Amino acid sequence: MATVTIAGHTIDRNDEGFFEDPDQWNQEVATEVAKEEGIEELTPKHWQVIEFMRKEYFEKGTGPTVRMLGKTSGVTVKELYQLFPKGPAKVAAKVAGIPKPRGCI
Amino acid sequence: MAHRIVILGGGTGGTLMANRLRKHYGSDAEITVVDQDDRHVYQPGLLFVPFGLADPEHIVRGRERQLHKGIAFRLAAVDRVDIDERIVTLEGNETLPYDLLVVATGARLLPEETEGLTGPGWNEKVFTFYDLDGATALHQALEDFDGGRIALNVIDMPIKCPVAPLEFSFLADWYFQDRGIRDAVELTYVTPLDGAFTKPTASAALGGMLEEKGVSLVTEFNTGEVDGPGGRIVSYDEREVPFDLAVVIPLHGGAEYVERSPGLGDELGFVPTDERTLQSKVRPEIFAIGDATNVPASKAGSVTHFEGEVLLENIIRFLDGDELDASYDGHANCFIETGFHKAMLIDFNYDTEPLTGHFPSSVGVPLLKDSRLNHLGKLMFQWFYWHALLPGRDIPGIGPDMPTSGKVLGPR
Ligand SMILES: Cc1cc2nc3c(=O)[nH]c(=O)nc-3n(C[C@H](O)[C@H](O)[C@H](O)COP(=O)(O)OP(=O)(O)OC[C@H]3O[C@@H](n4cnc5c(N)ncnc54)[C@H](O)[C@@H]3O)c2cc1C
Repeated sequence: MATVTIAGHTIDRNDEGFFEDPDQWNQEVATEVAKEEGIEELTPKHWQVIEFMRKEYFEKGTGPTVRMLGKTSGVTVKELYQLFPKGPAKVAAKVAGIPKPRGCI
Repeated sequence: MAHRIVILGGGTGGTLMANRLRKHYGSDAEITVVDQDDRHVYQPGLLFVPFGLADPEHIVRGRERQLHKGIAFRLAAVDRVDIDERIVTLEGNETLPYDLLVVATGARLLPEETEGLTGPGWNEKVFTFYDLDGATALHQALEDFDGGRIALNVIDMPIKCPVAPLEFSFLADWYFQDRGIRDAVELTYVTPLDGAFTKPTASAALGGMLEEKGVSLVTEFNTGEVDGPGGRIVSYDEREVPFDLAVVIPLHGGAEYVERSPGLGDELGFVPTDERTLQSKVRPEIFAIGDATNVPASKAGSVTHFEGEVLLENIIRFLDGDELDASYDGHANCFIETGFHKAMLIDFNYDTEPLTGHFPSSVGVPLLKDSRLNHLGKLMFQWFYWHALLPGRDIPGIGPDMPTSGKVLGPR
C-alpha cells in the first residue's frame, strides 16, 4: 500500500493503484486518476459510468463487471470500451475510487 | 403437518440436497424435485469426451434413479416462481406451493449473447465442450484436424469449473503429441483475465505449465465477436486472434425462469445469496446451492457438495425457527488434468487462494504440482460422484471447512 497526494488530497492506494478507502474520493481526484490512465477528459458518459460504479459498490460491496455494466449502466459494452479503452471494469473502478471488482473464480 | 420442500433442478446440488433432506426428515417432509429433462450428465466427464477418453453415453444417467425412495420427481421445466405467494409454476401451468424452496438450477450457457458465436461455423469450426452435444461434435472435429491454429477462448467469467479450459489445453497438447502432429498445431489460450488464472500463486503455476507445454497465452482479451467464416476472434479493443478451429467457453447466466420471476435473480439470472449461510437475500424461505447462486466461489461440483453440508444444517435450523449457521467458507477443491496421466490439485476458499503445499495435511498429496496420484483421484471421482456425493454422503476426511495445515501460507 502507498499513501499519495492527488489534486491536494491524501489517498491510500494498493499496489495496483486501487483506492483502499472509497471515502477519500472526490471529482477532482477522479479527473487526475483518469489522466494517469490516459483519459484526458471525463465526458458526461464517463461520469454516468463512474457514478453508477460507486452506487453499485456501496450497495453491493463490490464493483460490477463489464458484463454487468453493459446490462445495467445504460452504456453498452462497446461504448464502455470506447470510454475506457484499457478495460472498463478495472479502469472505471480506479477512476471511481473503489476497490478492484472482485473477480469471479 | 409435513414441511413442503420444493427443489428446483435435479443436477448435482438438487439431487444431493433432496437425498440429504430425505434422510433427515423421512416422512416429516414432502420433498419434490423438478427438472426439465431426465439426463443427468457427469459434467467433469465432458472434458474427456473431445479426446475420445470418455464415451458420451457413459457419463449420462437418469435423474430420477439418483433420488432416494419417497422423493417426488417432476419432469417439467420451471416456468416461474412467485416469491410473494410461495408458488412455483411449471410449464403447462401445474403449480407447486412450498414452505421452503431450494434453487438448484445451475448455470446456463449463453452462446447467442456473443456476436457471431452461433452464426456460420458454429459446430463446424467453432465449438464448446461445455455440453454433451458440443463435446461430442468437437471429438469428431479433433479427429479430423491435421494441423493449424486452435484458439481456446473463455469469453468472460463466471464460468463453470474455471480450470476446465486450462485442462483442455493441457490435454490437447498431449492428444496431438500422441497423434504425432503436435508440431503442426498452434495452441493459443485466450482469456479475459490478466493471467492464466484468477489468483496469483495458481496463476503463476498454471501459466508456467502452459508455457512448458508450448501453449501461447493471450490475456485481458474481452471477446466482442467470433467470426467463424473469417476464422477470427475479435476483442472489444480490436485485437484479433486467428484460428482454424475455435473452442469457446460461452458466457454463463442463471436459468431463464429466474429472469421471469420478479425479484428472484440478479442481472445475470443468478440468485443473490448469503455467502456464509446460503439463504437467499430475496426471501428467508428461499435457499440456493451450486452454480445458481451469486456467491463469489467457483461454480464447481466440489463447491456444491461442500455447500450441501451447511445448507442441510441451515434448512433444519430455519424450519425449527433457530438461528442459521454462517460457516460456509467458500471451500473449493479441484483436480486439474495436465495430460500424460497426471493431474494437479488445488484447494482454496473465499479468503485463501490456491497455494502450494499438501492436502489435506502435510502428509497428503501435493498441491499445485502434477502427479500420477492426482490423476487417479480425478478418475476415481466419477465413482464417488454417483455413489457418495449424489446420495448425500460425506467424504471421510474432507469436510466443508478448508484445511490449512498442509498449505504453504505467505509468499512462496
Ligand atoms: C466441462 C466441465 C467440467 C467440469 N469439471 C468439474 C470438475 O472437475 N470438478 C468440479 O467440482 N466441477 C466441475 N464442473 C462443474 C460442475 O459440473 C457444476 O458446478 C455442478 O454440476 C453444479 O451443480 P448444480 O446443481 O448447481 O447445477 P447442475 O448440476 O448443472 O444442475 C442444474 C439442473 O437444473 C436443471 N434446470 C435448469 N433450468 C431448469 C428449468 N427451467 N426447469 C427445470 N430444470 C431446470 C438442469 O436440467 C440441471 O439438471 C465441470 C463443469 C463442466 C461444464
